[in-house]
Amino acid sequence: MGYFSVENLSISFGGLKAVDGISFSVEKNEIFSIIGPNGSGKTTIFNLISGIYKPDSGAVMMEGENMVGKTPDHVALKGIARTFQNIELFKNATVMDNLMLGRHMHMNTGLFGGAFMFGKRSKAAKEEVKHREEVEKIIDFLELQSVRDSFVGSLAYGKRKLVEVGRALALEPKVMLLDEPSAGMNTEEKDDLNIWIKDIREDYNMTILLIEHDMNMIMGISDRVFAMQQGQKITLGTPQEVQKHPEVIKAYLGEEEIG
Amino acid sequence: MINMKRAYYEDIELFKSGTIVFWTIVFLAVLVTFPLYMSNYYLYLFSLMMVYVIVSVGLNILVGSTGQISLGHAGFFAIGAYGTVILMTSLSLPFFVAIIAAAFIAAFFGFVLGLPALRLEGPYLTIATLAFGLAIMHIIGHTEFFGGRQGLVAPALDIGVPQLGWSYVLDSMISKYYLVLIFTIIMVLVAINILKTKAGRAFVAIRDSDIAAEVIGINLTMYKTLAFATSAFFAGVGGGLFAFVLGFFDPFTFNLILSVIFIVMIVVGGLGSVMGSISGAILITYLMYDLFKNVDEVPVVGALLVAFSQQFMTITGMDNFNYIAVGLVMIGIMLFEPLGLFGGWIRLKKYWKTWPF
Repeated sequence: MGYFSVENLSISFGGLKAVDGISFSVEKNEIFSIIGPNGSGKTTIFNLISGIYKPDSGAVMMEGENMVGKTPDHVALKGIARTFQNIELFKNATVMDNLMLGRHMHMNTGLFGGAFMFGKRSKAAKEEVKHREEVEKIIDFLELQSVRDSFVGSLAYGKRKLVEVGRALALEPKVMLLDEPSAGMNTEEKDDLNIWIKDIREDYNMTILLIEHDMNMIMGISDRVFAMQQGQKITLGTPQEVQKHPEVIKAYLGEEEIG
Repeated sequence: MINMKRAYYEDIELFKSGTIVFWTIVFLAVLVTFPLYMSNYYLYLFSLMMVYVIVSVGLNILVGSTGQISLGHAGFFAIGAYGTVILMTSLSLPFFVAIIAAAFIAAFFGFVLGLPALRLEGPYLTIATLAFGLAIMHIIGHTEFFGGRQGLVAPALDIGVPQLGWSYVLDSMISKYYLVLIFTIIMVLVAINILKTKAGRAFVAIRDSDIAAEVIGINLTMYKTLAFATSAFFAGVGGGLFAFVLGFFDPFTFNLILSVIFIVMIVVGGLGSVMGSISGAILITYLMYDLFKNVDEVPVVGALLVAFSQQFMTITGMDNFNYIAVGLVMIGIMLFEPLGLFGGWIRLKKYWKTWPF
């Protein structure tokens, strides 16, 4: 039993077993990567963890508490934040508003408190400023200063990915699920992201689950790698072990035909 | 322009710059001195405009910001009007208590209507809200307690507490105009603040991506119903004031067309913006009530239009032309400025700033 673990998780869509009896356990402060060909069920695992799908069987345990059956907003309250493969940002809001929305569950002013935000000393104004300071730290950290007031819809793909990481970070989670954060980024942005993910782990004392296709990135930053195919586990181990595993090579490159 | 901000609070201030303060003061001064040089008819028209401003600002929170739709806002409007009048006459509550209570009753109905909205989207939600609006109209119209088909006459508008011997009756149009003005300013400021803080951001989040809203900890059930309740509250306040501006109303004042007109106001003004709701409400109210009032005085075309209307449409007045005008404006907005008057204003400002490029 680790800090965060997935136990015998299964879900099927119609006849297709998208995730089939997957178990793994993640230590606190670890960078744990999940790899596998397209359609192998990686994102489905994230959707099961964050409560978007309900598993047919199995459990998602965090600090001894089962997350299965909780709605996504309750899972978030328990300290699990995530990003999406296809970017789910609030397009018609500014970067600032997107990040402030990440602070949503830490804010206490309700509708009435907000409605009567008159003057600097009102409770709502103080709270807005307090959380704005937190958001500015994230903006500094991810170097988003130049796009602070831009609408997310107008940003380049790589920047949007980063804003999504920032929003997840604003939740102050304990566990962060990053779904292909480097997709659509250029080499330079990927290098930066590499450093940031390591920094997030160090500075924010975070446990990170990572889905990635970029093998250089996976090998560079992961503590352990979990390889899967067609909803089932292939192997689990250090990046070097997994890289050499014959089943993984087969899954990615196909069968060797010519000696 | 150099950004000279020094504190984060300056970003959420109501008046972000001296220019805004200046124009706000000018605008308010015009509104306050209005009764000095305007006839009672125009005071009535302006009061009506402001009532509709309150409703459309509230409706825009639901439709523009949260991305839900309601074709039943005339129902909440009716609940506000009937609620305020009946609470004052039957329970002899003071005006301010009655209008707030009626608005909360409207908000409660908004919450109830918000529950099916959790499962419905698009056209299905439209139909559900439409049915709600019609149901309210017919329930009121067929209940003797609410005055039935005859409608109700608003009592004297006493803003004091008569039971305590402190009575202050507003009987002139001027005094009612000022009362509506104060309510409008408060409700508009409240709407601006709501949209700037936690709840307003959550509404926008739900509109843009409900799945992302959920995984950052926003309770969809709570905020969707809250958006309905908030919006209905605004309509309720508007309805309470409407009862006294008109003085007399019957259930069929609150028909489907009124709900549609509310939607037209925010679409023409600009979805998701408070300024848009205000300008849309003013423009559409003008088109609906005033545009063709004195059409026969217009040289050449006026007489022709009157003859045309009497021949082919209605002999009682020019009402149909008003609807045609609203329709044309609506089509024009959809074709040339889908973001509404507010979108046009933003474009104009940008053009002005970057001129001559």
